[in-house]
Amino acid sequence: MRDRGIILTGLALFLGLVTFPAWYNLARGATSRGPDIKLPATEKQCVAPTAYMRASHMDLLVDWREQVVREGNRTYRAPDGKVYTVSLTGTCMLKCHTVKEDFCDRCHNYAAVRSPYCWDCHVDPKLVKPLAHGSAAASEPRPSGSGSSTLAGPLAYARGSVSASEPRPSGSGSSTLAGPLAYARGSVSASEPRPSGSGSSTLAGPLAYARGSVSASEPRPSGSGSRSAP
Amino acid sequence: MTITRQAFFRMTGLAALAQAGRRLMAAVAPRRWAMVVDAQKCLRDQGCTRCIQACHRAHNVPTLPRPNHQVAWIWKERYERAFPSQRNEYTAETFKDKPVLVLCNHCDNPPCVRVCPTRATWKREDGLVMMDWHRCIGCRYCVAACPYGSRSFNWVDPRPHLPELTADFPTRSKGVVEKCTFCEARLAQGRPPACVEACPDKALVFGNLADPDSEVRKLLRARYTIRRKPELGTQPQIFYIV
Amino acid sequence: MFMFEKAITGSRRYWLWVLALMALLGLGLLGWLHQFQQGLGVTGLNRDISWGLYIAQFTFLVGVAASAVMVVLPYYLHNFKAFARITILGEFLAISAVTMCMLFVFVDMGQPTRVLNMMLHPTLNSIMFWDFVSLGGYLLLNGVIALVTLSAERKGVAPPAWIKPVILLSIPWAVSIHTVTAFLYSGLPGRSLWLTAILAPRFLASAFSAGPALLILLCLVIRKLTRFDPGKEPIQKLALIVTYAMLINVFFVAMEFFTAFYSQIPEHLEHFHYLLHGLEGSAGLVPWMWVSMTLAVVALPLLIVPRARRNEKVLALTCGIVFLSLWIDKGIILIVGGFVPSPLGAVTAYAPTLPELAITLAIWALGALMITVFYKIALSVRESLEEPGTDGSVPAGTLPSVPAVH
Repeated sequence: MRDRGIILTGLALFLGLVTFPAWYNLARGATSRGPDIKLPATEKQCVAPTAYMRASHMDLLVDWREQVVREGNRTYRAPDGKVYTVSLTGTCMLKCHTVKEDFCDRCHNYAAVRSPYCWDCHVDPKLVKPLAHGSAAASEPRPSGSGSSTLAGPLAYARGSVSASEPRPSGSGSSTLAGPLAYARGSVSASEPRPSGSGSSTLAGPLAYARGSVSASEPRPSGSGSRSAP
Repeated sequence: MTITRQAFFRMTGLAALAQAGRRLMAAVAPRRWAMVVDAQKCLRDQGCTRCIQACHRAHNVPTLPRPNHQVAWIWKERYERAFPSQRNEYTAETFKDKPVLVLCNHCDNPPCVRVCPTRATWKREDGLVMMDWHRCIGCRYCVAACPYGSRSFNWVDPRPHLPELTADFPTRSKGVVEKCTFCEARLAQGRPPACVEACPDKALVFGNLADPDSEVRKLLRARYTIRRKPELGTQPQIFYIV
Repeated sequence: MFMFEKAITGSRRYWLWVLALMALLGLGLLGWLHQFQQGLGVTGLNRDISWGLYIAQFTFLVGVAASAVMVVLPYYLHNFKAFARITILGEFLAISAVTMCMLFVFVDMGQPTRVLNMMLHPTLNSIMFWDFVSLGGYLLLNGVIALVTLSAERKGVAPPAWIKPVILLSIPWAVSIHTVTAFLYSGLPGRSLWLTAILAPRFLASAFSAGPALLILLCLVIRKLTRFDPGKEPIQKLALIVTYAMLINVFFVAMEFFTAFYSQIPEHLEHFHYLLHGLEGSAGLVPWMWVSMTLAVVALPLLIVPRARRNEKVLALTCGIVFLSLWIDKGIILIVGGFVPSPLGAVTAYAPTLPELAITLAIWALGALMITVFYKIALSVRESLEEPGTDGSVPAGTLPSVPAVH
């Protein structure tokens, strides 16, 4: 065998590469101890038996998703009889697994199972600033429209009692202007000099009032503040 | 490992029972949600955007830097744009070039529902045209089908454009279409939609058309109302007092 | 498998062409990855114009795919022998075009990973669902037909009898794919440019001009590059089909103009005003519209006059003009124009961005690559048949064919 040297070298290289995970982890001292999850502090009883949750929590979540979104059914009765309102952020997170990193992520990272796109949309409570955080209670049934003093979140603006919607001069664009009318504040390139009332034809839809004769876009401190809500 | 048989049946059986119960309720006490917009009341304060802000806050609707990527569930349009078949040179001063609130009409015969290839949007028994953001494939057929421009597509990830999040409602991701859902989650709790609650002048009245004594029915009997593009047969459920 | 080995042997010129196409594919793939990560906001699409270049290309290519029926029908239904040698070319063109269609739809989706939802949640009232079904079915049909007939040809035997009903099925199926695609547009109450009964007939007419025009060009190219000569007669008959189809197409467009301009209904008129001279300062589509119309008008006499049609150099030019005119018409004007003005009266401009163009070019490159590979296979099979002793045992000049129906 003339090529013995090359072959054996190649073989050694290949074996080294293929067993890389084993000896690398060995060298690193990584153990096979499982993920270290922090159980919820307040709640001791899970919504379903632990063994089931370990194996099938994703099925449960998908079933809940279909129930809530497509059937409008938000109540779930656990095997132990307790009734829960189905809400990923409102119940799962805010009630029990308050810190995603302490519970969910521990196992998911360990198993390298990226949870599907749930968190692309569903709000991780830690992202919510204190102002709206009080809306934890919002997910529970409460008397309609009675506006309790803990009112925050969506109803904050109904009462105008939150700093973001301070008394504003009537008729002028408020500084909290956000959403579709953000561009009514003026420095948008799309809205060239505005002849009053003329066909503001290029802008319809949410930007209709970014130009034209409507008081929403009357002269106001130019470009002050940010375009998005404070 | 699986749960016990009893537990499983309890879980699924109850869900099916709840659904049957709701169907029964719908048959016995039908609901047809609709809204009346008093366009004249709304014009008292033309700079007011409280309903828009309430809605967009409540639902984490983003503010996009590019105007033509805008996402909106409710906004104001010029009268001539909201009611193009009413266009004429001699429109009454009250409405000429004035802003009118527009939103999804939750049509009774919605073209958007007809075209959706995955039933990501569908019409519920109580009248709401619903959205399922888990199922939407982002084909934008519904955007093409809607004759009112009520639907918005997420051209980019909305999260960076949401300086403040509310935990009450998820955001959406890029690549799906969204629109007003008549605050379905609040309705489930017996609360009116956010925009209705936010209006200081009570220009928005929301209620059940199937109940002859509801406020919306009373208003519709007493006042003349128009709807957007009625000739298209979509049967919009937003009525405007003009 | 699939006689693929025939595609990996070729001249230097062949490989340069293939590699150039693959380079375009690679660029487009990068563009798509960028789009997948950032969202469709990287394109020129916007709130008012929510369908643009991708869907327009899809619409045009469905027509090209359907046009295979223009060679299949005369040959298999009416025993028109002249088309015997080119039906396979038509079928391969159809397969490539349908693949491009599906790719254009795929890259246009906001959530492409959820594409299977269309199969998991079939919605029978949605035309898009039926479009998906019909395109998939057409791809399958043509794939099977091409494979079976070409294999049989290579072995020097007649194709199995069961392929006959499959081929016959592909004829109404071809018509249906483009009709269903037209239905995507012609049933939408809010879009007056599309809300016309003549849209589906118009689609078919323009498909049956553009497709055969492309096929003629491909035949002429093949004649130059390979030893395969389709012959003068098939090309002339295809040219005749293009002529009649183009005449009907132009007539249909004229009908649209009449209804809009004579009725004076604003919703219909406004779209034409936008296309012909712009609205409110926005005139992006105006040059495209006039070029497309001019080209169509120029092409007509070149098609109608027999001397021009019989001159293959002039015919090549004419086919190029026809293809370009119809590509602009369906591939740019019709879809974008339908969105302007928007349901709220907005006049918005649309221009594709660089990623959008790269992706579009890549999909066209893939189509071109598929045609190259398929034609290479088919023509290599033919060439080896015509040299006795190399491959099949059939003497030169006798190509078996499926007997026609009577």
